[in-house]
Amino acid sequence: MVKYIIKRLILLIPVLLGVSIMVFVVMHVFQADPASIILGQHATAEQIEKLRQELGLNNPLYVQYWDFLKGALQGDLGSSLITKTPVVKEILSRFPATIELALAAIIIASIFGISIGVISAVKQNSIVDYIGMVFALLGVSMPIFWLGLILIVIFAVQMHLLPVAGRIQIGLEPAHITGFYLIDSLLTGNMASFKSALSHIILPAVALGSYSTAIIARMTRSTMLEIIGQDYIRTARAKGLVEKVVILQHALRNALIPIITVIGLQLGSLLGGAVLTETVFSWPGVGSYTVEAILKSDYPVVQGAVILLAVVFVLVNLAVDLLYAYLDPRIKYS
Amino acid sequence: MLLQVKNLKTQFKVKGGVVNAVDGVDFEIDRGEVVSIVGESGSGKSVTSLSIMGLIPNPPGKVIDGEILFKGEDLLKKTKKELQNIRGNEISMIFQEPMTSLNPVFTIGKQISEALIKHKNMSREEALKKSIEMLELVGIPSPEKRVKDYPHQLSGGMRQRVMIAMALACGPELLIADEPTTALDVTIQAQILDLMLKLKDKLGTSILLITHDLGVVAEVSDRVVVMYCGKVVEKGTVMEIFERPLHPYTEGLLLSIPRVDEKHDKLFMIPGVVPNPLNMPKGCAFADRCHRCEEICKKEVPPLVEYEGRQVRCFRYLNHKEGKV
Repeated sequence: MVKYIIKRLILLIPVLLGVSIMVFVVMHVFQADPASIILGQHATAEQIEKLRQELGLNNPLYVQYWDFLKGALQGDLGSSLITKTPVVKEILSRFPATIELALAAIIIASIFGISIGVISAVKQNSIVDYIGMVFALLGVSMPIFWLGLILIVIFAVQMHLLPVAGRIQIGLEPAHITGFYLIDSLLTGNMASFKSALSHIILPAVALGSYSTAIIARMTRSTMLEIIGQDYIRTARAKGLVEKVVILQHALRNALIPIITVIGLQLGSLLGGAVLTETVFSWPGVGSYTVEAILKSDYPVVQGAVILLAVVFVLVNLAVDLLYAYLDPRIKYS
Repeated sequence: MLLQVKNLKTQFKVKGGVVNAVDGVDFEIDRGEVVSIVGESGSGKSVTSLSIMGLIPNPPGKVIDGEILFKGEDLLKKTKKELQNIRGNEISMIFQEPMTSLNPVFTIGKQISEALIKHKNMSREEALKKSIEMLELVGIPSPEKRVKDYPHQLSGGMRQRVMIAMALACGPELLIADEPTTALDVTIQAQILDLMLKLKDKLGTSILLITHDLGVVAEVSDRVVVMYCGKVVEKGTVMEIFERPLHPYTEGLLLSIPRVDEKHDKLFMIPGVVPNPLNMPKGCAFADRCHRCEEICKKEVPPLVEYEGRQVRCFRYLNHKEGKV
């Protein structure tokens, strides 16, 4: 098992090399000149040329990439062109917000998705099944930013039930322990913070998780339908087990194997795909930060964010693969 | 009488109509008896067994008529819960496919224990201990280790032994075995049949054996029920059926067994095919394939006739005195 994990981590190296080359090339070919962005509209040609020299922008691309790689290997992804702060520091300080939102979304999506899927499968072709699948279809087809705006209009603007945007009420931030407000506020016993953080996360988490809910519900339904027809389900019934045990233990336990794959893939893309949601809800995470950086042509930040997301995506997938071995006794890694 | 099935009718709604998979079946099993139901695929033998278990998938299937008296009580009138308490406890079942009939994600220990925990109110530890005993009983070596194995770690024959251990764990009075040896190698088949007979004598379980293999029937049964197209066509003791089959279909089945002591260039075959269940002939379902078919056979469904103390569904025996045919 340990050997397998190490093997998978080694495989991360070529993935990251590939991702970094791609981002690097794209950012340098299509971006406006960073030197003129830094210096603003009124800079002279000499000033720009001087800065280009300093930043090494006149070197051939492969030399620039090599410099970038050298820095990256030492944990230095460069500094933001705008704020001059190191990219790694900026991203890491925002990353907990993104993870917190993505986890909240995937938890909501898993609970609702699996429940809807199981009920739809058990009551196949009934009215409950149809309603569930219509919702799943809506969830798949609705753009997240649009759903986000609708949720804000209904629950925040009109009903005043939940806050419009942000992560927590200003001044209520809990002491920094893990960086996750919900956990930190609980750890410090700060209930006011917890309530505020919870009320802030509900709408973005629901909006972000809607697509995943639908995907998980559909996957659960189709897998459960297939498994309910299996011989071993008939065996379980022949043993006299009650239907609840047959469905929730014998069938769902088997269905979880493909469902977990989908949840893992969804979590990976939620971590990266929170860009729109974070922007709509002014969520101070990596996504909204990246959008800002793209708009300002702040290329070191964009590079750093993309590489980080690639690492996260690969690690989440590794975690899913390891979960398989636990869920399915037929799978063994060596 | 342990089990009496009376006029059982099970239907399936399919695209294009209704299939009468079991169409008025009667038979009975006494305590300690082995009764075989024989027939080709589609004859309704498996549906009969699933109907007894109350495991007909509904929809599309449904038992529409008849009685299934188990120890005098009609199983068809029981509630879901009452049936659950009987299944796996007083009546259990083993299936044709040992490779797919065990849940791949649970240990065999857990799978045997489940029934014991549910029906015998055992604790987990007690149930596991009993599971080990059961594995030993069905001849699985080092059962205390095997109990922690998953199904994929066992061979087909071993899995069928596990299925038998599971079915017999609660000491049922009736074991329904639906083609228990069909998917196994011939040598393993014999072992499994042997095991079932041994356990039957030891535990006093009655067995309803569903099979298409007349070799198996001859080896283990006391009585035989021959089914064709959802109907019983002949019933008798195993000696009677093998020595003097009455129904032309039974005759055909027996003739198609390959024999080493007789040399034929070609094996006997019953001509034709089973009729389409959605488009059953008006008369006897076997008429088109029967070498003794008469006018009346194509017009009317023959009744089950008493003949020499046996029952047979054929017009030939209706108006003939015993011993004259």
